[in-house]
Amino acid sequence: MNLFADQLLVLVMLINLVMLGTSRLIFSIRAVAVQGVILGILPGLIHPFSTHLATITAVIILAKGVAIPYLINEAVRKAHIRREVEPFIGYVPTLLLGAVFTALSFVFAEQLPLAPEHKDLLFVPASIATLLTGFLLLTTRRKAISQVIGYLVMENGIFLFGLLLSEAMPFMVEAGALLDLLVGIFVMGIVINQISREFSSIDTSRLSALKEE
Amino acid sequence: MTDIIIHCAVALLFPPLLLGVIGKTKAVFAGRVGAPYFQPYYDLIKLFRKGSVFSDTTTWVFRAGPVVTLSAILIAVLLIPLGRHAAPLSFSGDLVLFTYLFGLSRFFTTIAALDTGSSFEGMGAAREVTFSCLAEPTLFFALITLARLSKSLSLSTILTHATSATWFASGASMLLLVAALFITLLAENSRIPFDDPNTHLELTMIHEVMVLDHSGPAFGMILYGAALKLFVLGAVFINVALPVSTGIALADWVIFIAGMLVLAVVIGTVESVMARLRMVRIPQLLVGATILSAFAMMLVLR
Amino acid sequence: MLHALVLLPLLGALSAWIIPDNRLRPIVLPVVATIHGILTALLLGNAPLPSPDGWIWLDPLGKIVLLCISMLFAVCAFYAVGYLSYRQERSNRVLCVGLLVCLSAMSMVTMTQHLGLLWVAVETTTVSMAPLIYFNRNARSIEATWKYLLLCSVGIGLALLGLLFLAYSTYVADHHATLLLGPLMASARDLNPAWLHAATIFLLVGYGTKMGLAPLHAWKPDAYGEAPGLVGALLAGGLVNCAFLSILRVYQICLASGTEIRFFQQGLLVMGLISMAFAAVFMARQADFKRMLAYSSVEHVGILAIGLGLGKGALYGALFHMLNNGLTKGVLFLSSGNIHRSYSNKTTGVVRGALTRLPWSGGIFLAGFIAITGSPPFSPFISEFTIVSSAFIEGRYLVGALFLLFLVIVFIGMALTVLPMVMGTPPADIEPSDYEDRLLTVGPPLFMLMVILMFGIWPPVFLVSLLKDGAAMLGVQP
Repeated sequence: MNLFADQLLVLVMLINLVMLGTSRLIFSIRAVAVQGVILGILPGLIHPFSTHLATITAVIILAKGVAIPYLINEAVRKAHIRREVEPFIGYVPTLLLGAVFTALSFVFAEQLPLAPEHKDLLFVPASIATLLTGFLLLTTRRKAISQVIGYLVMENGIFLFGLLLSEAMPFMVEAGALLDLLVGIFVMGIVINQISREFSSIDTSRLSALKEE
Repeated sequence: MTDIIIHCAVALLFPPLLLGVIGKTKAVFAGRVGAPYFQPYYDLIKLFRKGSVFSDTTTWVFRAGPVVTLSAILIAVLLIPLGRHAAPLSFSGDLVLFTYLFGLSRFFTTIAALDTGSSFEGMGAAREVTFSCLAEPTLFFALITLARLSKSLSLSTILTHATSATWFASGASMLLLVAALFITLLAENSRIPFDDPNTHLELTMIHEVMVLDHSGPAFGMILYGAALKLFVLGAVFINVALPVSTGIALADWVIFIAGMLVLAVVIGTVESVMARLRMVRIPQLLVGATILSAFAMMLVLR
Repeated sequence: MLHALVLLPLLGALSAWIIPDNRLRPIVLPVVATIHGILTALLLGNAPLPSPDGWIWLDPLGKIVLLCISMLFAVCAFYAVGYLSYRQERSNRVLCVGLLVCLSAMSMVTMTQHLGLLWVAVETTTVSMAPLIYFNRNARSIEATWKYLLLCSVGIGLALLGLLFLAYSTYVADHHATLLLGPLMASARDLNPAWLHAATIFLLVGYGTKMGLAPLHAWKPDAYGEAPGLVGALLAGGLVNCAFLSILRVYQICLASGTEIRFFQQGLLVMGLISMAFAAVFMARQADFKRMLAYSSVEHVGILAIGLGLGKGALYGALFHMLNNGLTKGVLFLSSGNIHRSYSNKTTGVVRGALTRLPWSGGIFLAGFIAITGSPPFSPFISEFTIVSSAFIEGRYLVGALFLLFLVIVFIGMALTVLPMVMGTPPADIEPSDYEDRLLTVGPPLFMLMVILMFGIWPPVFLVSLLKDGAAMLGVQP
């Protein structure tokens, strides 16, 4: 089963790269949804079955695979955005940076003192790579909505690491974290809507009125 | 011994048929009858019977171009194992020679194009060199990955090593490799979506624009060389993607040839359903392929 | 009774959501705040024992924060009634609901012993405050909201990663992951040091962002500057203290591990001094008085971090200062909100002579300024003095000297902004406004001013013993 989990983790890392390379917002929202669904499937593959596990799987898939993409899609629809134009750094350089970060996360994960049963799994490098991809998206994109997607990818990376521990994480805490994430995205969606109404654009580089004179 | 004879026979005679199959597939998609399967052979025979015209401004470089290109690829053919049989020529480290033979052939194609002094051919040469810069690392990463998997540096072992067992053990990296190799296959052979072999506008050409000044047998050599190149890279791809080994020599050959024909149909299908990419998007896709194969390598090295 | 502290504000939020009338709705706030205050007073007297599973326990550290939050919220709640009666043109539904949800989450922060639950509660405070910053609905406030939401969410995300690392360090040690404070501290010596180290870094960065420690404070001036006064007060006095409590929990674990504490204290000291330096630089010639208050908040979280970084005797000072800073920030933000209302402007170019225009608010603002800069007889003086004197006692002369230097620069910088604002003569060309000091907008900050004055002159016995208990939990011998 671990083998299958590894293949899925490779897919997660590929989705990271796809998200760095694509200019279509709808496409990256779908990609992040797929990533969320994979995140939901993964715990079932590495831990023995229990009702706790089944609930977590269901909740993660519902939250990350359905509800959050829906909220972002709504925000995109209301703000009438089609695609990301001109990120701060071009697509090819960010793609290369993403590849370098992925490679570095493999190197880094090798150094970590993991528990022996987690040594051969790809969870840790995938988690770090996804986290770094999220950061890359957050810092190199102009549109508020892309930054939200970057934040989501970062959260996915953190979650991936958490999956190693999902037996130990009480359900209440996990559900609470997901709920917070959901509400956070909801609020961000509203804020994006307000930004687009206020500035007739959601280019965050226009948000520059507040600074020291 | 028989294997070597079959190897040479298949390698020399089979390649143009691939072009014919691709052409036929595209014709079927377009709802036309299309040229017969053997049309490329007729074309070649026609070209070789013609006389040559050489421009006064060109030097020996221009004449040497097609010859060197074709011979480099002919040597490459000898290095590659076909249908799970070891190649006639094989030694440790031949994968480096293999890739650089492609480099050599490309170098002579471009330098012959530059020798004409035509601005169009210069443009084509510049494009060809730029894109191959981006495509070459992919091939290298892929070969390194396979070398690592088979713990060998000889193409014959590397490419015949892949079995269904390796696919199960490291499926993710194999899948990545297949995707990367397919993209390289299309890019190196100037197929859609990178380049349209049938385009009639020089401005959008990459490969075709470089060979405009060649005629007669020289052009025939170029066409034949292109078919061979498609065959060689296709063989690499089939070896990785179709790791079936029956143990019966003849059956392996049949499977190999069938695989190649299917590959030709697939390429034809890709060409029919896709449009040529904008020039600026090409590096993006090539870099993506490089990343895929580098990623595969990372997974294997880990 | 502990559950009531969390559920009551949620109930209040629900009723605030249902009540259709804009004038009637704010009444929910003082009602909930009063009951919350009474419950808090009862709980401080005799707190229940830890729950059997060890998740819920109001320990002395939690009590101090709860006391601060409950008082601050009560004051803000009464002020809100007065303030919102001036802002009838705008629906205050989201504001009331957000405030109450935030109170519920903040109460949860103080009483939970499970670090995962603590994280969830802190994240809830972040999200529930975001719409409130946008109360004024203009381009500047939306910008501030966006920065606050994104930076704090990312910061808190990193803290979650730190928590997971912490849980993993227990997993590597004995194959049983936990995030409960008790077991973590009991087994702290056996935790995997590498993972613990990584966890400490991420937790410090994550919660440090939430607290607004420099250089992670970028969102703070914007959010504090654009939020309404009472939201600013809760951000600076409530959310900061919640984040500080989270850092205290990490401190407890590091202390129990024995080895990690040195590094953690170093990190806190460096970030604390950088925060004070940043504040000192940006406070000078700051034309926007709300942004000035934000930098003052950066300065004071710096002081808190330094107190924690010094350890030993300074811990008492740090805990006391957490309380003082929260309450004094309440005084300043509420009175500055009044001044802002009256002038419809928050730059010192226009706002001059507040003492003649708004005698009460101007006076309270001036007194608050004197208190926050650490002048006697107000209580921040005592806490800051405790920290700096313990620095010298411990022989950390450089830290002590820098601390004093930054305090002086901050005092001068702040005085240059505040004095002309309050004294001076009002500009002649300014329109008269219908805003005037009223009991409900002046009474709450005045009450809070009296409290910090009392804490400064005659600290109540129960408070001193509570602070001592808290310091004892952080490893100080009583």
